[in-house]
Amino acid sequence: MSQTGPLTDSGLVQLLTPAGVRVEHPDYSPRIAHLDADALRGMYRDMVLVRRFDNEATALQRQGELGLWAQSLGQEAAQIGSGRALAPQDYVFPSYREHGVAHTRGVDLADLLRLFRGIDHGGWNPADHNFHLYTLVIASHTLHATGYAMGVQRDGLVGTGDPERDMAVVAYFGDGATSQGDLNEALVFSAVNNAGLVLFCQNNQWAISESTTHQSRAPLADRGPGFGVPSVRVDGNDVLACYAVTAEALERARSGGGPTLIEAFTYRMGAHTTSDDPSRYRSSAEEEYWRQRDPIDRLRALLVAEGELPAEFEAGLDADSDALGERIRAAVHAMGRPSTSSMFVHVYAGPNAIVDAERAWFQEYEASFLGGGEGAHR
Amino acid sequence: MSTTTGTQRITLAKAINLGLRRALESDPKVLLMGEDIGALGGVFRVTDGLYKDFGADRVVDTPLAESGIVGTAIGLALRGYRSVCEIQFDGFIYPAFDQITTQLSRMHYRSQGRLSLPVVIRVPYGGGIGAIEHHSESPEVLFAHTAGLRVVSPSTPADAYVMIQQAVASPDPVLFFEPKGRYWDKGDVDLDAPLVDASTGETGLDRAVVVRPGTDLTLVGYGPTVGTCLKVADAAAAEGTSIEVVDLRTLSPLDAATVAESVRRTGRCVVVHEAPVLYGTGAEVAARITEECFYHLQAPVLRVGGFHVPYPVSKLEHEYLPSLDRILDAVDRSLAY
Ligand SMILES: Cc1ncc(C[n+]2csc(CCOP(=O)(O)OP(=O)(O)O)c2C)c(N)n1
Repeated sequence: MSQTGPLTDSGLVQLLTPAGVRVEHPDYSPRIAHLDADALRGMYRDMVLVRRFDNEATALQRQGELGLWAQSLGQEAAQIGSGRALAPQDYVFPSYREHGVAHTRGVDLADLLRLFRGIDHGGWNPADHNFHLYTLVIASHTLHATGYAMGVQRDGLVGTGDPERDMAVVAYFGDGATSQGDLNEALVFSAVNNAGLVLFCQNNQWAISESTTHQSRAPLADRGPGFGVPSVRVDGNDVLACYAVTAEALERARSGGGPTLIEAFTYRMGAHTTSDDPSRYRSSAEEEYWRQRDPIDRLRALLVAEGELPAEFEAGLDADSDALGERIRAAVHAMGRPSTSSMFVHVYAGPNAIVDAERAWFQEYEASFLGGGEGAHR
Repeated sequence: MSTTTGTQRITLAKAINLGLRRALESDPKVLLMGEDIGALGGVFRVTDGLYKDFGADRVVDTPLAESGIVGTAIGLALRGYRSVCEIQFDGFIYPAFDQITTQLSRMHYRSQGRLSLPVVIRVPYGGGIGAIEHHSESPEVLFAHTAGLRVVSPSTPADAYVMIQQAVASPDPVLFFEPKGRYWDKGDVDLDAPLVDASTGETGLDRAVVVRPGTDLTLVGYGPTVGTCLKVADAAAAEGTSIEVVDLRTLSPLDAATVAESVRRTGRCVVVHEAPVLYGTGAEVAARITEECFYHLQAPVLRVGGFHVPYPVSKLEHEYLPSLDRILDAVDRSLAY
């Protein structure tokens, strides 16, 4: 869709056409030169598994097992490409749709569903994966990521030249988030502190019902330079290009070169969440246009053309996808209900007179129902 | 753009929709602003159809920035426009907190009354809808604590229809808290209801009302809890207790006089809200009732509401929220004094 303004597809770094044909790029091709067929099949596998997980979660929501679900459908290349460029020591601040990135950080995908099932506000231990909890308040976490990167600087973990030590921080957010003060402050703070931060915007072209044209007149990546932050626009449905631009930005961050803004130009193929009805605000022609640019099909076409997608691999992946779907389903069914008293735990680090008194009252109140018979509560 | 008249049985969401439509029709300076309020009609469809009928200049899909929404509404107000801002969910009002508390609330005061900011901020609030974090909160008291703001919350479609129009007409900024869990409750709405009482010249936007008379205890609620209080009154009636239910309707100003008048007759008072009881509306009502009718009280004023914890996960929200049982428990405790 050749457009102008924030929806133009000009100026995108691309290493793979929608038909799956490789494109040479003087700066970015070298960054993927080491990715052999195994690595590409690994990314393909990641994307297929994450999509299967996403579809399973959507089905679970429809069946009443989840209160809500926010699909990553269509954004797999942006998430897997960037996620696979990360080093274990890097630290990620996701928003709430980064299921693919979570997968690359080794988070059990089933744990992502705890929040959406309404039994947990988080779901995993961030320290186990260097993957922070999801943040639902748009753009808040971009400042946390900036501050985290400022801490990393103070810890002397940028610019040592040791690839096992130097670390970068990445914040993921959407096109809508670029309008928030917090994101603009993250650009200011990361720039003036030269913080080792990658601000990874998935411009999926919709913030619920509002097209990116509601947030900006110009491509979102154009905002970076005004803050003194180098920026790049990348074809977000091209997993190789997403890998390459992220690798470059991570290297800049780790080496002490400061922040980078990446705009991954992609598309939210599904609804905003299971509560949303996109037919109210966008055309099926537009959806069809993007279905033709599916990120998974693109990598698949490349692998097929290069003779690197053997039937056994595909059969194995099919079986693994089915197994994942079943495992997720079973895991959700097995998720217990939190105890009511857990609501009073962890509000403060230690005892608190008010919370403790309310908890004690509540436990007594609940116990009063248990006796039954005369004198028991209704 | 047909203006409907007569009495209709409609939902609370539809009542606000029709009230907004009336406001847009009757004053060309009225604007609606917010995230996804245009083609989508808002995530709760409260503005459904208004974008189509009034256009993008008057029903504005804003960039995703609450501080920007309220800040520009202030500027528009300085230029004579009356903006009705929609905050998508209670938990997302905080980016606008600075604009609301340091600017919106006190421009009239700072300018010695020369400038007024007739801005309405609509906030779907409250829980019970099984939502994820930040979508079920009750932050109304933060605003009631701020001088210069009016804070109101309707509990019925009929009130919602009238109160939203009165809020738009108000020269003061109004925080308009909509009980989202009640959006789909239906009630009869007189679409020709006057906004000003012809005999007194008053709107009643600053008045509480007795919605069910009773003699043994005064149960005070607002917004989402009024319906629950009425059910409590039914349950108590079956056991021979006569409960009077007061719908506060407005937290700022607080109509303590109407509550006090009731408590002087009943001698007992229980206040119910979803917001935490600590430093809440119930605390304010209890203090005022104690001051104003101490010698009529046969029991301390009791409160039922949220706990001093962040709003819990949705699987536990029905334990957190003031349920029928928890209110009855407080009623029993009050009667046992
Ligand atoms: C501060 C704040 N305001 C409003 C919302 C409600 N909301 C949730 S998602 C969303 C749109 C976000 O769009 P975008 O940033 O493009 O991310 P996407 O969901 O498309 O990934 C809105 C308005 C919110 N979560 N936080």
